[in-house]
Amino acid sequence: MAASGSRSCFQYLFHLAHDNLEFRLPEIKSLLALRSKPFHPCENFKEQSPFWCLDRLSEEDVCTVMARSVCAKSAFELWGHGRTHSELRTSLLKYPQEKMSPYMQKGSSYRINVYTFNKTLLFEDRIKKIDALDYLPFEGTVSLKNPQHIFCLLEDYGTDPNNIPESPNYIYFCRWIADGQRELIRSYSVKNRHFIGNTSMDAGLSFLMANHAMVKENDLVFDPFVGTGSLLVSCSHFGAYVCGTDIDYNTIHGKGRSSRKNQKWRGPDENIRANLRQYGTENMYVDVMVSDASKPVWRNAALFDAIITDPPYGIREATRRTGSHKDAAKSPDGPYAESHVPVSQAYHLSDIFIDLLNFSAHHLVLGGRLVYWLPVCRYCEEMGLRHNLYMLSTVTQILFFFFLQELDSLAHLSDPRASPYQRHNAFREKYFSGQNKRSGKDDPKTDVRFT
Amino acid sequence: MKLLTHNMLTSHVKGVTKGYPLLIKATEVKVNEVEFNPKFVCRMIPKLEWSALVQAADQLGHREELPGELVADYEKNEDFLKRVHRVLLEVEVIEGCLQCPESGREFPISRGIPNMLLSEDEA
Repeated sequence: MAASGSRSCFQYLFHLAHDNLEFRLPEIKSLLALRSKPFHPCENFKEQSPFWCLDRLSEEDVCTVMARSVCAKSAFELWGHGRTHSELRTSLLKYPQEKMSPYMQKGSSYRINVYTFNKTLLFEDRIKKIDALDYLPFEGTVSLKNPQHIFCLLEDYGTDPNNIPESPNYIYFCRWIADGQRELIRSYSVKNRHFIGNTSMDAGLSFLMANHAMVKENDLVFDPFVGTGSLLVSCSHFGAYVCGTDIDYNTIHGKGRSSRKNQKWRGPDENIRANLRQYGTENMYVDVMVSDASKPVWRNAALFDAIITDPPYGIREATRRTGSHKDAAKSPDGPYAESHVPVSQAYHLSDIFIDLLNFSAHHLVLGGRLVYWLPVCRYCEEMGLRHNLYMLSTVTQILFFFFLQELDSLAHLSDPRASPYQRHNAFREKYFSGQNKRSGKDDPKTDVRFT
Repeated sequence: MKLLTHNMLTSHVKGVTKGYPLLIKATEVKVNEVEFNPKFVCRMIPKLEWSALVQAADQLGHREELPGELVADYEKNEDFLKRVHRVLLEVEVIEGCLQCPESGREFPISRGIPNMLLSEDEA
C-alpha cells in the first residue's frame, strides 16, 4: 500500500538522558505499550547510546511518550543521518521534499540547534556546522527567541569520556517534536516536599516506577509500604487515584521525629495528603491506613490497576510485621487501644517478596503491573521465579557502592495459582557483615526474562 | 476513611469466616469536596460490593438516595454517578471505628486514618 509505504519513512529519534541507563528501555517500552505500540528500533540500535532511532510510530505516539518519560530528553522527526557530514548530506537530500517543505516555507521562522554528546564545541564551530547545512532549502527566517520550527543537528562522540574522537561517530539532522519530562525531577524534588522521611523515594525514580507500572488516568494504584507516599505523588501526577498502607503508625499520622536537618519534630500538617495537596493532586487521594502488609485486610478481588512499592530492606527502615514469638503478650490498655503498638517481629526479606507476589496475584487486575525494588548483592543472584506473574524487566542500580537495587516490573497475566518462590538471598546479613566490599562496581545486571 | 476504602476492606481477625463488610461506628463524619470524575466512578462501580456501599452510606446518614440495586446503564446517568461519587470519595469518617461483624473486634479510626493492626495474640 502506498500510504503505509510512505508512512514508514518517518523515523523518530529519541534523545535519552545518560543516567539510569538500565531503566530507559523498560520505560520507553512501557509508555509505548500504553498506546499499544511496539518498540521497534531501527538497525544498529544500541541500548547504551543516548540516541535511539525508532520506527513504526506516529508523531502523536511520540508526543504521548514524551508527555510521560523522565528518561527521554527530547524527541525528533529524523530527516537524515550518517557517519560523516557528507553521508548526512546524501541522506538529507534523499529525504522527500514534500515532507520538508511544510516546515521550511517562506514566512515561517526557524532555529537550528547543535547538540554534541560527549564533546563540547566552541561557539564558532557550532556556527560553522550550521552554515555547512546551506544545501537545505530553508526559505523562512531565523528566529532564535521564538521560532515556529526547531531543527537539531546532533553529533554523537561515543560514550567514553576518556577517549573522545576528533570527529563524531554519528550525525543526525532532525526536526524537534517534543521534550520529555526531565523537569519533573527538579520540580518534584524531595528537597522541597512538605512531608518526607528517611526513605522517601527520589522524584525521578518515583516517576520512572509509575511509568514502568504503566499507571494511567483513572487507575487505582496501591502501595503496601507507602512510607511518606513518594510513589503516590508520582502516580497521582499521572492521573491515578492512590492509596497506601504502612505498618508505622507515626509515619502514616505524620508524627515523630523529622527527617530534616535543623528540625527536631514533624509539624502538625506533615502527611501524605498534604504532599498531594502541595502538588495539586489532592483529588486523587483515596486513603492511607496503618496496616501490616503481610495481613489480608483487603477483600479478595482484583481491586488495583497497579501495585507499586519500595519495600523495606532492613537497612534504612526495619523489616517487620506484627506478631510475637511469645504467646503470653497481652497489651496493658485493653485490646482496641488506638495507640497500641503491637509487638512486631523480624520479617524475612524473602517472605516480604513472596507475600508481595501473592498479594499482587490476588489483587491486581488482569494486565495490571507490580513494580517494586528488590535489593540484591552481586554474588548471590539466584533469582528463581516461577509465578503467574511474568517478569518484564529487571534493572539494577548501584546502591551504596556495592549493593544493587533491582527495579522489577511484573505484569499480571493469569489468574492466581499457588506457586513457590525460591528463598531470596539474605541481603541484610550480607550487607551488615560487609563481606561483599570487594565486589566493587561491576556491570549492572540487565534484562533477565522468565517465561 | 472514604467509603471506597471501606468497600474494599475486610476483617482479618483469626478464625473469622465472614468478616465483610465491616460495620462503621462513626463519631465524626465530614464531607470534603472532591472534583467529580465520571470516568473514574464508572470504572469503580463494577469493582464495588454495591449492597455494602449502600449499607455503609446509610449508616453514616449519607445514602444520597442510592437504590438498593445497581441501576442499569449508569454510564450515561450523570446524576446517579454524581451521587455515587459523593458517597465513594467525598464522605469521610474522621473519628470512630470499624467493627468486625463476626468477632466484634474494633479497628479504631483517628484523624481519618483506620488502624487495621491486630495485637500479637489476635493475628
